[in-house]
Amino acid sequence: MASTDQRAAPVERRVAALEQAFVERNLVRTEDVDAVVHNAEENWVPENGAKVVARAWTDADFKRRLLENGKAAVTELGLAMPPHHKHLVVLENTPTLQNVICCTLCSCTAFTIIGLPPGWYKDFEYRSRLVRQSRTVLREMGLDLPYEIDIKVWDTTTDTRYMVLPVQPEETIGWPEDKLREIVTKDSMIGVSRLEALYR
Amino acid sequence: MDGVHDLGGKQGFGPVRYAEGRAVFKAPWEPRANALYGLGVRLGIMNMDEYRHAIERMDPRHYLSACYYERSLTGFATLCVEKGVVTREELEKLAGGAFPLALPSAEGRPNAEPRQTFAVGDRVRVKNEFVSGHVRMPGYIRGKCGVVVGITPAYPFPDAAAHNLQSQDEPTYDVAFDSQELWPQAADPATVHVGVFESYLDPAE
Repeated sequence: MASTDQRAAPVERRVAALEQAFVERNLVRTEDVDAVVHNAEENWVPENGAKVVARAWTDADFKRRLLENGKAAVTELGLAMPPHHKHLVVLENTPTLQNVICCTLCSCTAFTIIGLPPGWYKDFEYRSRLVRQSRTVLREMGLDLPYEIDIKVWDTTTDTRYMVLPVQPEETIGWPEDKLREIVTKDSMIGVSRLEALYR
Repeated sequence: MDGVHDLGGKQGFGPVRYAEGRAVFKAPWEPRANALYGLGVRLGIMNMDEYRHAIERMDPRHYLSACYYERSLTGFATLCVEKGVVTREELEKLAGGAFPLALPSAEGRPNAEPRQTFAVGDRVRVKNEFVSGHVRMPGYIRGKCGVVVGITPAYPFPDAAAHNLQSQDEPTYDVAFDSQELWPQAADPATVHVGVFESYLDPAE
């Protein structure tokens, strides 16, 4: 039954078998699978979210729209979300607040905006421990927050998606938008790191 | 279902494997497995709730030993077999070995009737319910009280949608819980926000 079962075909053979069965039934073509793979690798990347963050840092009106209705606001930058992601909630960090996202039940993420989730996000350690031991887990991951910073953990249990709007580092105020984009990381939009010099 | 997938608050896991776990895909088959399930949704073979539930139904030994994309593959292949898109025999022949699938599903359930609507600021209690089919209430909030701090538009009710039952879409509430109330004297202080379907909630007395 389980993959611990010695009879199980190697997983790459099982994936190939399912793909082949689909192709033989004309349900998909190999090129369709290639195209989705390409899309995932090239288009579902954190550079999208970085664009959103840089715009929010430099355009107060955009930031207001983003915090009001994230899904509508990101379309202004040419970004899209799948139909079942009905709502994007943007969580603004402040000098005294750290928002951090997880999915305890599976691996839900706003992947078209902040990029596909990294391996650790989908691992059992993060999924089990973050909701209960947030400050400890963040410290272990290199983000040692002083106790004056409150923590809000967001468990993605519905098809509402979240992204964190990090605090803009002081030394970057006045930078052009394209330069700001370069400093925004996927981890800062998940909320396991901060961009200010103090925390790097 | 109270399956092994419901990990929030479970103890005994070690440090997050952060440094070595930054990659999205670790092997060339992984993005293909991811693409196949995405195409399956687009083809209308299943909805996202059916897909999530198929993964949750995996034999716990398999679930815990498989990597993320093997779980994705197994859930999707299970639905393809259950819905008659492909047969298990065909998959095993093409793969040249056994193709482990998830275990059969229990029954789903319709929306709760009647349901109460809530407003921002309301104190709510998560119903003390035990569900055999799919449910999107993480076990750690069962029976616990929190405060509604936001409301999001109506979604399909997962407990029904995962079993292909007709149901009404219902709102979800952003409920803020105090980690110290979820796990008294056994959690780091924090506010834990969970998206909770209306059917799962009662007013807190």
